[in-house]
Amino acid sequence: MPDVPATSRAEIERVFRAEYGRAVSVLVRVLGDIDAAEEAVQEAFAVAVERWPSAGLPPSPAGWIITTARNKAIDRLRREASRHDRHAQAQLLHAVDDPVEEGAVRDDRLRLIFTCCHPALAVPAQVALTLRLLGGLTTTEIARAFLVPEATMAQRIVRAKGKIRGARIPYRVPREADLPERLRAVLAVVYLVFNEGYAASSGDRLVREDLCAEAIRLGRLLVELMPDEPEAMGLLALMLLVESRRATRTTADAAVVSLADQDRGRWDRDLIAEGQKLVRRCLRRGRPGPYQIQAAINAVHSDAATAADTDWRQIVQLYDQLLALTPTPVVALNRAVAVAEVDGPAAGLAVVDELDLGAYHPFHVVRADLLRRLGRTAEAARAYDAAIDGSANAAEREFLRRRRAALDPPSP
Amino acid sequence: MKYLLSVYQPQGTPPPPAELEKIMRDVRAVDDEMRTAGVWVFSGGLDSPSTATVLRAKGGDVLTTDGPFTEAKEYLGGLTIIDVPDLDVALAWGRKTAAATTLPIEVRPFYDEH
Repeated sequence: MPDVPATSRAEIERVFRAEYGRAVSVLVRVLGDIDAAEEAVQEAFAVAVERWPSAGLPPSPAGWIITTARNKAIDRLRREASRHDRHAQAQLLHAVDDPVEEGAVRDDRLRLIFTCCHPALAVPAQVALTLRLLGGLTTTEIARAFLVPEATMAQRIVRAKGKIRGARIPYRVPREADLPERLRAVLAVVYLVFNEGYAASSGDRLVREDLCAEAIRLGRLLVELMPDEPEAMGLLALMLLVESRRATRTTADAAVVSLADQDRGRWDRDLIAEGQKLVRRCLRRGRPGPYQIQAAINAVHSDAATAADTDWRQIVQLYDQLLALTPTPVVALNRAVAVAEVDGPAAGLAVVDELDLGAYHPFHVVRADLLRRLGRTAEAARAYDAAIDGSANAAEREFLRRRRAALDPPSP
Repeated sequence: MKYLLSVYQPQGTPPPPAELEKIMRDVRAVDDEMRTAGVWVFSGGLDSPSTATVLRAKGGDVLTTDGPFTEAKEYLGGLTIIDVPDLDVALAWGRKTAAATTLPIEVRPFYDEH
């Protein structure tokens, strides 16, 4: 039938990526078991791969996948239940009684997020499960994204699922009293995913961009489901504002471009507008938190038409607030960069040299730049060497080498 | 679903009597709360490891030895078994137990047959 629009494999993969989490979260509720849910959803996609290329996409691909997965699971449970498998019988009862309602789907995803980010699981396991179950990333992709051997990642996921089952970690949105602590864990996982995508330290470029997109998608979902949480809004705003500069962060040959040198005309205005609107909305709540302040700092950068127009005084003030909330040397280092813009590189360097951050390579990057601006060329060169040694990112190393090579020859 | 709450006690001298008395009072209060809530299955404090005896099967025989199974920096000081629907509820009781005993609590599910 030549009239039927053929559905390409790429399109099916896109649907898979977009709808996997939704389908799994519904099926976890219906079946009460993560492995069974994943198996059913994968089976449904296998049918889709066979059918959609000739039949075309169904009107609601997500609905089709969920219904097909549920039917597959029920068929399988019927077969197992008839062999006197009591576990299957119990699951079947649950599954048949629990119809798929469209309205419940949203809550299902929130439940699954809280289960994946449960504090009884180690953070790396939380991240892996969230990407796997909500993002539909394969174990291979997650392993590659986090530079971990695939067997290690597979074991991490199996162990986490085993703990959810064995210790009976509930599939539920936490009660009011536990929500702040539990939400912090969820936000941390989402931000970790975003940073891993953004850092582009190595590996498959596509997967990494997927990580950013996935983090933003999760961020949007959290804001939609928990509109009263300003930190969820702050995190989404922060990610959108950072993401708005993606296209200008690297050149065509993948070299790094610093914030000051980026072509601001190519920043994504839609993402900036959305991010800035969110910043204003959450700050009005009067419950500032680390994500909201970091978003506000990025909003100040987005406001500046040129690097020279940046309101560094406001950025220093925001860093003062951030440092009060999260007094870490890394925040102090970032604040020092802003201080150098307001009070000069010597003032910035004085702050930097107080910090015990020798093992953190951005420390050397900042120091090298300040020393360069102060004309202390020999020291700058040594700091660049330390920065180059500490960076695992080829593009960044190249950027630093060029900076080092461009240093003025040492004065006699 | 049954969970074991194990109290991990450090080797060494116990806290002074006044402090110990308050701990015992707090622990009893949590115990009573568990009974009222209908989740309590069993609880008890253990005597010191020096009162323990270990039995080991060896070549069809069973050997008796004086002392605990291993010398450790921490030992099992007491335990509570509760019956609750899920880990979140178990952790909430575990948190109360940790606050009362002032000691680390391990929350571990019993192996579930189904």
